[in-house]
Amino acid sequence: MAHVPTVFDSVANVIAVGVLLAEFGMFRASMVDSQLRLYAVQSWLVAALAAVVAATRHVPSLYALAIVSAVLKAIVVPWIMLRFLHRADVDLARISKVRVSSIVLTGIAVAAIGFFAIGSLRIQSPVLPSAALAIAAGEVLVAFLLIIARTDIVSQAVGIFSLENGVFVASLVLAWGLPILLALALVFDLLVAVLVFAIVIRSLHHQEDTLSAEVLDRLKG
Amino acid sequence: MSMILAALLLIPFVAAIVSLIGSRRAAETVTVAAGVASLVLTVLLMPVVDRRGTVHAGVWLRVDAISLVFLLATSFLYAMAALYAIGYLRDASAPEEDTIRHVRRFYAGMNLFAWAMLSVPIVNDLALVWIGIEITTVVSALLIAVEDTDGAAEAAWKYVVLASAGLSIALLATVLMYFAGTTALGGSYEPRVTLLVAVGGSLPPTVVKLSFVLAVLGFGTKVGLVPVHTWLPDAHSEAPTPVSALLSGSLLTVSFYAILRYVQIAQRSIGPTYPRTVLLIFGIASLLLAALYVLDQRNLKRLLAYSSIEHMGILAIGTGFGATIALVGIFLHVLAHAAAKATAFFGAGSVLHKFGTQDMRSIRGGLDVLPWSGPLFVLAVLALGGMPPFGLFRSEFQIVTGGLAGDRFALTATLVVLVTLAFFGLTLFSTRIMVSPGRDLPPRGEASGWMVAPMVLGVAVLLVLGVHPPADLQRLLELAAGELRSVR
Repeated sequence: MAHVPTVFDSVANVIAVGVLLAEFGMFRASMVDSQLRLYAVQSWLVAALAAVVAATRHVPSLYALAIVSAVLKAIVVPWIMLRFLHRADVDLARISKVRVSSIVLTGIAVAAIGFFAIGSLRIQSPVLPSAALAIAAGEVLVAFLLIIARTDIVSQAVGIFSLENGVFVASLVLAWGLPILLALALVFDLLVAVLVFAIVIRSLHHQEDTLSAEVLDRLKG
Repeated sequence: MSMILAALLLIPFVAAIVSLIGSRRAAETVTVAAGVASLVLTVLLMPVVDRRGTVHAGVWLRVDAISLVFLLATSFLYAMAALYAIGYLRDASAPEEDTIRHVRRFYAGMNLFAWAMLSVPIVNDLALVWIGIEITTVVSALLIAVEDTDGAAEAAWKYVVLASAGLSIALLATVLMYFAGTTALGGSYEPRVTLLVAVGGSLPPTVVKLSFVLAVLGFGTKVGLVPVHTWLPDAHSEAPTPVSALLSGSLLTVSFYAILRYVQIAQRSIGPTYPRTVLLIFGIASLLLAALYVLDQRNLKRLLAYSSIEHMGILAIGTGFGATIALVGIFLHVLAHAAAKATAFFGAGSVLHKFGTQDMRSIRGGLDVLPWSGPLFVLAVLALGGMPPFGLFRSEFQIVTGGLAGDRFALTATLVVLVTLAFFGLTLFSTRIMVSPGRDLPPRGEASGWMVAPMVLGVAVLLVLGVHPPADLQRLLELAAGELRSVR
């Protein structure tokens, strides 16, 4: 008998689509600060998914995870980064190597590859919203494309954070029974975020007020 | 015995805290003491693992023969790098106040790095293995950037971006393997390696295959497998020398350890053919690219970094061959590569200190100005090239024998050709800087005895591993190979 989608499946799928759309929005955002705001929106969606999983699967510790995730990923990290960008007083525009229309079309193709590749594996379980997993796979690939297409280090860092959001969506639907892993993954993702940021500041200090990754080309061969 | 496992996790952590607040001498002493204590504790575990097979501490910590091989390599390098760092850092010419801050940060980072690397083989849980490797990324990126140069910042940036992306993929692999386990173990369980290996036969094959490929790709980023290796030459060449040695000799193999745990689970579930094929593809690609890059390299530390990619390729190929003798070979290779690569990096550090450059076109007459580290560096490079009588000759010989035993003639021939190619590149460039006479040479002499002593130890260990490995160690390697090969 075919698997009948539950309310949880539908909510998870809708949130996963929202996360993917926010990723596409980042392609469209020509300014780093608008990209950061979209990352904050995406993080709210991921936190909402954690709360939905907590309610549906009766895992109370996931509520705490949802709150921590919302506070840190949706508020603290974007706020710190925006503050830094405004203080650094650098040119925030013209950050993509590729035109928006081309990159969005490529993104659609890449997301479709991820979606159908995972879909074709027919990974099924009565408790798994399969479509959400496939969409998360598409989101991960699109995040890779975003990192490749951007030429400034803050934008690349946001690409990494949004990639982690995609993986987090997949983790929530696949491994909800292991809240300790999810919590620690979140903490260490943020640790990396802080570290990345420290290096950005250091690099900025040395590279004479530029955020362009194109000057990071000394080490070759 | 369970106390030893707890001590192994506690000692480097305490050393990190003492280094951060103590004087320079306290930081040096406590780091060397922690390194030596970790090595002694690890050696004490050998007879117990030989007798009982495993050592447990609660449900979270577990050491078997496979873990112990990686613990031995890491703790040995920890002790060597701690000794070398004393000479390396005492030479700094910065003002005293800046120097002490730098020294504290360096030793605290080095101890934390060792702590994270030692924790990976000890924890008995796929999620904790992933977290341990994630911590190694955070700490080692800070250590790469610690020298505050443009090159170091660029290398650290590339490392963080690529390693984070790779570890995100590895997290996906972890949650997929967890999901695979839910079919046999229920919705909520701890993903212990032993548990997943035990129920391997009932895991869904498609999910296990996907998880395995993602694990090789994700953890492979940290191992330095092609095509996800691009951070490695930059990080190895820009990091301070003791960190380069730890990165190359220990971090890469600790990440390979994570892949081996997935091999164990995957071959129980889907049989050995699929995991071995995947590893052979990644291994041959790594060996091919590294051999070609080694032939066209002008920077000394980058040359050694590409040699690391070559050796990680050899590990992947040896695991892919799957024969018992090849698996004994890969575990010996882990130990011998750690000793050889650390010794070579230490020698490169002395060359860099003496000549002020890593550009091999500007370095000549190394043997004339470095009476100890010059010859020791040449011996380490010959060992890395697979020359007898060193440990890497024995391990590569065993891996080749394993390939021939499994009737993989074409792959074995490819392995031999590529290793020979890399050998030519490595020895040609390295010996040229040492043997060719130079003009306007810097004054003869070593910067510090602390920088020579670990190199002597490294070459001695390479000789012992090559000529006559101790019987206890040989049994450990065979036990580890048996555990990895066990399919049903």
